[in-house]
Amino acid sequence: MIRIVLPANLRTLADVGREVELEVGGTVTQRSVLTALEAAYPMLRGTIRDQVTQKRRPMLRFFACEEDLSDESPDTPLPEPVATGKEPYLIVGAIAGG
Amino acid sequence: MSTVRLLVGTHKGAFILTSDERRERWKVDGPQFTGWDVYHVKGSPVDPNRLYASQSRGWFGQVVQRSDDGGKTWEPAGNEFRYEGAINTHKWYDNSDHPYDFTRVWHLEPSLTDPDTVYAGVEDAALFKSTDAGKSWQELDALRHHPTAPSWAPGAGGLCLHTIIQDPKNPDRLVIAISSAGAFRTDDGGKSFKPINKGLRSNYIPDEDAEVGHCVHHIAMHPSRPETLFMQKHWDVMRSDNAGDSWTEVSGNLPTDFGFVIDVHAHEPETIYVVPIKSDSDHFVPDGKLRVYRSKNGGNEWEALTKGLPQKDCYVNVLRDAMTVDNLDSCGVYFGTTAGQVYASNDAGDSWKPIVENLPAVLSVEVQTLA
Repeated sequence: MIRIVLPANLRTLADVGREVELEVGGTVTQRSVLTALEAAYPMLRGTIRDQVTQKRRPMLRFFACEEDLSDESPDTPLPEPVATGKEPYLIVGAIAGG
Repeated sequence: MSTVRLLVGTHKGAFILTSDERRERWKVDGPQFTGWDVYHVKGSPVDPNRLYASQSRGWFGQVVQRSDDGGKTWEPAGNEFRYEGAINTHKWYDNSDHPYDFTRVWHLEPSLTDPDTVYAGVEDAALFKSTDAGKSWQELDALRHHPTAPSWAPGAGGLCLHTIIQDPKNPDRLVIAISSAGAFRTDDGGKSFKPINKGLRSNYIPDEDAEVGHCVHHIAMHPSRPETLFMQKHWDVMRSDNAGDSWTEVSGNLPTDFGFVIDVHAHEPETIYVVPIKSDSDHFVPDGKLRVYRSKNGGNEWEALTKGLPQKDCYVNVLRDAMTVDNLDSCGVYFGTTAGQVYASNDAGDSWKPIVENLPAVLSVEVQTLA
């Protein structure tokens, strides 16, 4: 079970709480996690990564295990604590408000 | 008794304001889509319970929402706006060539005849159409592939397609406007478009009467006279009596002819409304006075409408989609400000009252007159 923490605006859009839990088959990568997330919550398509290019939206970052994974290859396996559900995969919006 | 329903898009969500036909007491519902920019909300003329809303945010991109119960509940529709064919370029602010890149939906225009058909005007400038209630979108790409498109350059708000007008007598005709490329028209259902900017003069482009490059802010049409169009350009209020083939200036005695909104009385096709704004550097009303100007003869002669509007210390703007008129016998006129007020007139502009005064900045106001 993979744990995903969403930013507040996307929790509202998907009508979920702070954390979402998903089953992800095969090797757990950022791509497979996001694909599973979008399959479970289709309203999130295009809000985290561009639907055409699949690129991360520029004002979002991906964190896990105190590391910034935003610029890692989307096909690199995620850290084992994320793959086992011990640690969450964090989708974080740039702070606003100055 | 009729009901009036206002659909208000703001910088931080959408609101629905309802009243009976007296339009004196209003119920305020919302916000919906809290924290998101709602550029536009509009209902289908065929099925007034079918609403479409454009919800966007710099962080998260574009979402399109659809309601089938008049805004009580909403469901995300499709949000994949994929440009057709090769991605061409337009001019960037530094005059470099910039690839067309989808940013957001500025305007949603439901079909006059089919509740499942809706047009979307987007940034970077393109026109999309859905025939399945917003589930999927197809670009009418003849516009973006017009030979002049590589020369289009954005205004400060972006290269946005913000105005879509359907001709009720000719389903193949659409008039659209882009800041700051100008106005365009298709007479074949979107297979081809032509610029309709003859008569416009803009001193912020090298050739002030060029075929394209004019910063058109908004266009309005009365459904009984689709050949007649009224335009608020960046500067200048214009009219056309041949569906945009040529334009003449009707700014007349306005205190300033800069502005964003323009609209037409529901029953008097020669009665039009604008809100003059001081200038393109000072985006607020002149002299600290919020004044709607009305012409009853199609322009040139304007009267200030001030009763009930603040006449000192007011420094708001009224954005291009933030004025609308209802269809009741005594025509209602409504507009929203960048300071979050929504004003209503139930007597065609003679007097005004605020419905709400402290919403987030208002981006758009549309009205539905419900039987």
